[in-house]
Amino acid sequence: MGLLSSFKRSFSHGVHPAHYKGQTENLAIQRVPFGNRYVMPLGQHIGAPAIAVVNKGQHVGRGELIAKPGGFISTALHSPVTGTVTEISPQRTLDGSFKPTIVIEADPFSAQRVETTPPASWEELSIEEFIETVQQAGIVGMGGAAFPSHVKYSIPDGAHIDDLLVNGAECEPFLTNDHRLMVERPETVIQGTEILRQKLGAKRANIGIERNKPEAIRALEKVLEKSPSLPITLSPLEVKYPQGAEKMLIQSVYRKEVPAGQLPRDIGVAVNNVGTVVAIADLFATGAPLIERVVTVSGPGIDQPANLMVPLGTPVRDLLSFCGGLNDKTREIIMGGPMMGFPITSLDVPILKGSSGILAFTEEETARPHEYPCIRCGRCLEACPYFLNPSRLALLSRNRRYEETMDYHVMDCVECGACSFACPSNIPIAQLIRTAKDNLRQNPVEEAA
Amino acid sequence: MSKRDPDLLLQSAPLLKQGLSVPTAMRDVLLALMPALFAGFWFFGLSAILVVAATILGAMATEWLFTPKQERAVALGDGSALLTGLLLGMTLPPALPLWMAWLGGVVAIGLGKTIWGGLGNNLFNPAIVGRAFLLGTFPIAMTTWHVAAGPDSFFQLHPSTLALPFMQSPPMDGMSAATPLGLMKFEQIDSPIFSLMFGNSSGSLGETSGVLLMVGGLYLLLRRALEWRIPLAIFISAGLFTLLLETIDPARFPGIHFTIFSGGMMLGAIYMATDPVTSPVTPKGAWIFGCGIGVLVVLIRNFGGLPEGILYAILLMNAATPLINRYTQPRVFGRSRS
Ligand code: SF4
Ligand code: SF4
Repeated sequence: MGLLSSFKRSFSHGVHPAHYKGQTENLAIQRVPFGNRYVMPLGQHIGAPAIAVVNKGQHVGRGELIAKPGGFISTALHSPVTGTVTEISPQRTLDGSFKPTIVIEADPFSAQRVETTPPASWEELSIEEFIETVQQAGIVGMGGAAFPSHVKYSIPDGAHIDDLLVNGAECEPFLTNDHRLMVERPETVIQGTEILRQKLGAKRANIGIERNKPEAIRALEKVLEKSPSLPITLSPLEVKYPQGAEKMLIQSVYRKEVPAGQLPRDIGVAVNNVGTVVAIADLFATGAPLIERVVTVSGPGIDQPANLMVPLGTPVRDLLSFCGGLNDKTREIIMGGPMMGFPITSLDVPILKGSSGILAFTEEETARPHEYPCIRCGRCLEACPYFLNPSRLALLSRNRRYEETMDYHVMDCVECGACSFACPSNIPIAQLIRTAKDNLRQNPVEEAA
Repeated sequence: MSKRDPDLLLQSAPLLKQGLSVPTAMRDVLLALMPALFAGFWFFGLSAILVVAATILGAMATEWLFTPKQERAVALGDGSALLTGLLLGMTLPPALPLWMAWLGGVVAIGLGKTIWGGLGNNLFNPAIVGRAFLLGTFPIAMTTWHVAAGPDSFFQLHPSTLALPFMQSPPMDGMSAATPLGLMKFEQIDSPIFSLMFGNSSGSLGETSGVLLMVGGLYLLLRRALEWRIPLAIFISAGLFTLLLETIDPARFPGIHFTIFSGGMMLGAIYMATDPVTSPVTPKGAWIFGCGIGVLVVLIRNFGGLPEGILYAILLMNAATPLINRYTQPRVFGRSRS
């Protein structure tokens, strides 16, 4: 196995869902027109929520700071439009709960220019200043989890980054936002990669891309041919889910296993998403903080799929109406990808920093066929990239024997959903494991030695 | 959008599913068995058809009886009882009295599956449980074989087929013949490989055509519905072991083609040992499981009191499966083996 997979540039196990990228992979990124209401929750990722620095009624310019970081694991927020703060109050979020949020009404007569000054040239910044700049620009991992990027760049004393790995795998079906960035802005991707590589002191950089994106690979190759001295290598990867999971990607590119409970930086690797790398390049080119992102709107519930450049805070409703609205078959809307995304409770929730896609699904995908008992076929074991025993974990979780799931390393699960995908008995394995993890987080137990 | 918002479902991810489900998996196996089954019908005539129908009927009726009313449609629809009945039927002698075949189907599901808690919970392969029961209870009827008559006497029922329960069996009809395994074991007569492969030797009605069973196995392989490690491990280990014995004493021990193409070897290795419920979940476990069966088959055949080893070998390894699972848990990514 080991020998074979080293030729294939991949990790072991995993699954092969259909890609469904054809609908949008050739559609250029389009800018959506400005709407009127923008909703910016103060907490958009794990860590401390940001702290509002504007007041109700205050006029704000596009790109102006509206909330400062609330701690180290926290990032700033900036206004996505020129307009007026109309509310700072709890608003409905993704999961249906209410969270403190800044609501901004766009000024319909504004030209909506970003008026910022670029920060000092990146070459001159010390690593501490660089980290501070990235944090103040609100930049996070754009792949989905939206983990604050600057935290990843803070290398503890003694540790050292040798390799920068840019994640362009985009292994989630339907999503093409990273693909379009690589095709349309390859120079920016390379520029951002080089900035990060130098600032982190990495010797080399690799860009990992699944082979089903030949156009992106060609575009980046062309840029690299022009500057052959850059120590940046493209790494085409097998098309397999979850190729884009951080530790799987490292395994595929470097053939190194990140020990459980450790971070990539512990083995000298820093992983950054393509979108993040572009955001960093833009920050140092124009001074623009993170106020917009590329979102793929697609799925069988959408008649006019698109890749859109969307101001953060745009309600999903506005995005959908720009894409011709939902068709009658729509039964569910997922924010993110179909394997790991979250169902949204209402069309009024906004696009967040981590929203890579808005996907509308119909009865066909949401209908859960009858659930059969586990037939112990082992397909979930062969799917799990972490070599866990999902059938066992699901069974223990269903019987509420959460503590015992610790013996089977439940916390190592990244909730990629490959096991549920593969299960012929239609058991919602990933969902059951998520339940066990949530329960264990609320009532922690000592991990068995 | 003036339209009302849709009522949104909150089905949690992943929303995509592999197009494989329990019923489709069962259907694949059923399809794979068809060529060998029809060959059996062709060679053994109407009696064979009735025997298979009886086991299936017994299995499905028992499933129906023990399933709560609301779940009956699903339980019967998943095809697992049908498959159990069919597999059992294919291991039986074609002239077995129908009532015995039917009882075998009942026991297969009742003792082989239901009392364990239904689908997914049984330790032993239900079809083999049914066969073991029949072999223990009706040893004579279960070991009375007939020559494969072929299509000429297709509609000619064996007198024993319609025997009434618990009556003295009618006298044998003079067509009975020893199976290749029996010949080998008790009289040391080898059989031509051709008849072993294509099924016109005497034997169980679905087991005699090794080639057609293999064709079905290839189909399953292409559909990715076969745990190929198990049959491969069985054939390799049984083959090597046989080779070893043959070098020691070629006069006493049969050759390698015999081990692989004869008896229920194909049916057992490809279709019964691979039953997911009763075989290990881990790939490494599958190798161990298969090798165990291969070695046991050769041991039982050559040194045990029965000509047939595969079914007992599978039963024994079924019993070892929980243990194999426990000791072959894969090493978790990023952790050292614990
Ligand atoms: S969701 Fe967890 S258990 Fe399931 S395949 Fe992914 S990592 Fe493994
Ligand atoms: S894939 Fe489903 S049926 Fe198969 S072992 Fe895993 S949980 Fe059981």
